[in-house]
Formats: sequence, structure tokens, C-alpha cells
Amino acid sequence: MQRSTLDLWVGLFVIAGIGALVVLALKVGNLSSQTTGDTYEITAHFSNIGGLKPRAPVKSAGVVVGRVADIIFDTQKYEAKVTFKIDKRYQFSKDTSASILTSGLLGEQYVGLETGGDSAMLKPGDSITITQSAVVLEKLIGQFLYGKAQEGAADKK
Amino acid sequence: MFSRGAVVDIRSIGHSTIDSVLRLGYASRFLALTVLGSGVSFRRFRLVIREIYFTGVLSLIIILVSGLFVGMVLGFQGYQTLQTYGSESALGVLVALSLVRELGPVVSALLFASRAGSAMTAEIGLMKATEQLSAMEMMAVDPISRVIAPRFWSGIISMPLLAAMFSAMGVFGGYLIGVVLIGVDEGSFWSQMQSAVDYREDVLNGVIKSFVFGVAVTWIALFEGYDAPPTAEGVSGATTRTVVTSALVILGLDFVLTAFMFRGV
Repeated sequence: MQRSTLDLWVGLFVIAGIGALVVLALKVGNLSSQTTGDTYEITAHFSNIGGLKPRAPVKSAGVVVGRVADIIFDTQKYEAKVTFKIDKRYQFSKDTSASILTSGLLGEQYVGLETGGDSAMLKPGDSITITQSAVVLEKLIGQFLYGKAQEGAADKK
Repeated sequence: MFSRGAVVDIRSIGHSTIDSVLRLGYASRFLALTVLGSGVSFRRFRLVIREIYFTGVLSLIIILVSGLFVGMVLGFQGYQTLQTYGSESALGVLVALSLVRELGPVVSALLFASRAGSAMTAEIGLMKATEQLSAMEMMAVDPISRVIAPRFWSGIISMPLLAAMFSAMGVFGGYLIGVVLIGVDEGSFWSQMQSAVDYREDVLNGVIKSFVFGVAVTWIALFEGYDAPPTAEGVSGATTRTVVTSALVILGLDFVLTAFMFRGV
């Protein structure tokens, strides 16, 4: 085989191998999200986001309408500030409420949007004011047990 | 004290033990000579590049196709099981972790041993049988540094690259089946994968594994070739032994490495 062809193939091989390593490290390991299509950003504050992660889906009526772009801790409100990237095709009213829900009992967490009755629409950069935090299972069980104990005490009386 | 038959049996056990220890000693000495004699392969890197073409580039097809299919099968089977627990969004994690940690390095090393390792053994065994190696020595060319060392380094360089391509291809196969065909949510497929796969813990350990396998497979293949009896039968036996020994060594080493790497996880 000609020397130059051989060099070319080996060069391609090494580049492809290193490329695969980079893909594994960045795409499979962790890399900032890349979104397709036109989107606009909306923010919302939650007192507890539970296990919500960036790139988690944002759903309305079960349909994926966007993704969580960024989650930061707001030091002024002491709450989590979540930024969503919503598909341009979908518009939501000003009084839309956002809640963090879980798909299935142990599934991943996503954001559910429920639109309100306001005729004015959310504009890019707007903030959703009505939010509902993630349900923390331990707290729920704690409340349930506490309630049961109260009931029991009331029955004894 | 013992009957004659027992004495013969015990003697044969001792004989085979001494034989295998001797062989291990020869193999270690061979490895040491190869490493010591590899100065030439770095001064004349062209020799190594030529061998990378034969061991790495020509193994690409089998590695890529196998990786794709392993990933696709993982996608199907993983989905079947995860779906029972309603957590099919974890499919990406399952596919990526099993490929990057285990299947990528191990399966590509097994394929590498049977594709490139056997070829190396046959080539060197035949060189020896046709007295090409002796001819080199006659011309004051050290066959170890001229023939063996470049192949050794080409194997070490190719193996991690092939394993990485295998894993990347497998993840793509899992994506094809999971997201494109079955319809698992694309965002959760990638996001859960990215949050679960750690760059150092998983990807780097996979690379270390494939590097170790690369050393082991090329060492075995080269030694079997160099040590083969110079007959047609001897070369064919050596080729068979390369594949069998490499497979066993890869799986054994994989267990040991896994036990060390993921002990705390």
C-alpha cells in the first residue's frame, strides 16, 4: 500500500478514536444542553425542586412543550430559580401555574404547566408566579403518621 | 509408599506445573525484552503506524458493527425490563453505563484478540517457520525491536481507541432503538445518562481497562507467535492458543479490575 494512503487511514483512525472518547466524555458524561428549534425563556421560583435536573422535560397536559434550561439558587429569595426553554409554538397565559411532578412512583421529575384564564400571554423573560414545589415523600409520610397519631389521641379522649 | 500409577500421576502434575511456570517466565522475559527494545519503534514511528493500520484500522468494521448491534440489543432488552418498573427513562443510564464500564472494553478486546491478535500470532509464527526472523538476526537486525515491538505498541495504541468507538457506537445504537424506534423521551434519555455517567469514575476507568486489555492481548499474541513451533501445525496451535488464552485473560483481568475500580460504588 502507498505510504500516504496508509498514513491517511491511520490518521483518520486516531482522530475517530479520540473523537469517540470526546463524545463519551462530553455527550454521555455531561455537556451543556443543545436545543433544537426556536424557544423562549420563562423563569419560575420554587421553594423546593426535589430531584429536578437540567434538561428535564416541561409538560403541559402530558405533552412535552419545553425543557428545563438552568437551575440556580436565588440568594435573595432563598429559593430555587428555574429557567425553562419553551417551544415558540406554544403560548401560555400570564396566570399559568407550574408544578414539579413525578412520572410514575419512582420515575424522573418534570415540570407541569397548567394554563389559566388570563388573555394576556407570557412573554420571553417573564416569570411564573404560581408555583408548586416538589412533593417530598418523607414529609408526606411524616404528615400522614402525625395525622394518624393525632386521630388516635382524639379517639382515646 | 505410593503405587506406581500414583507416582506417575504426581510426576505429571509436577511436570506440567514446572512447564507452565517456565513458560510464564519466558513470556515475562519476552515482554521485558520487547519494552527494552522499543526504542527503534519510537525513533522510526513509521513502523508503528504501519502496524496500527493492520491492527486498528482493519478492525474498525467489526468493532463498529458489533458496537452498534450490542447497543441496539441493550436498548431492546433494557427497555423490556425497565418498562416493568415504569422507569424506561433510565434506559440511557443503563445503556451508557453497561457499555462504558464493561461491554465496551471487554467485548472490543475479545473481538480485537480474535481479529488482530490471531493475525499477529500467525504472521510472526510463519515468519519464524520460514526463518525470516533468523535471517534478520544474521543481518544483525534485532527481530524483537524491528518486528515485535512496533506490533506491541500498535496494539496498545489501538485498543483504547477501538473500545471508545465501540462504546460510542453502542450508545448510538441504544439511542436509535430507545428514542427513535420505541419513543423514550429524548431529553430524559440524555439527561439521566449525563447525570449518572461520571467522566472520571466511568469513562476514564473504561479507558484504563481497555489499555490493560490491549497490553495483555498483544503480549499473548506476540509471545505465542514468537514461541510457536516452526511447523504448520505449530502455527495453527499457537493461533488457537492466542484466542483462547486472550479471552480467558481478558475476562479474568476484567473481574480483578472491576473489583478494584468499583469496590466503593
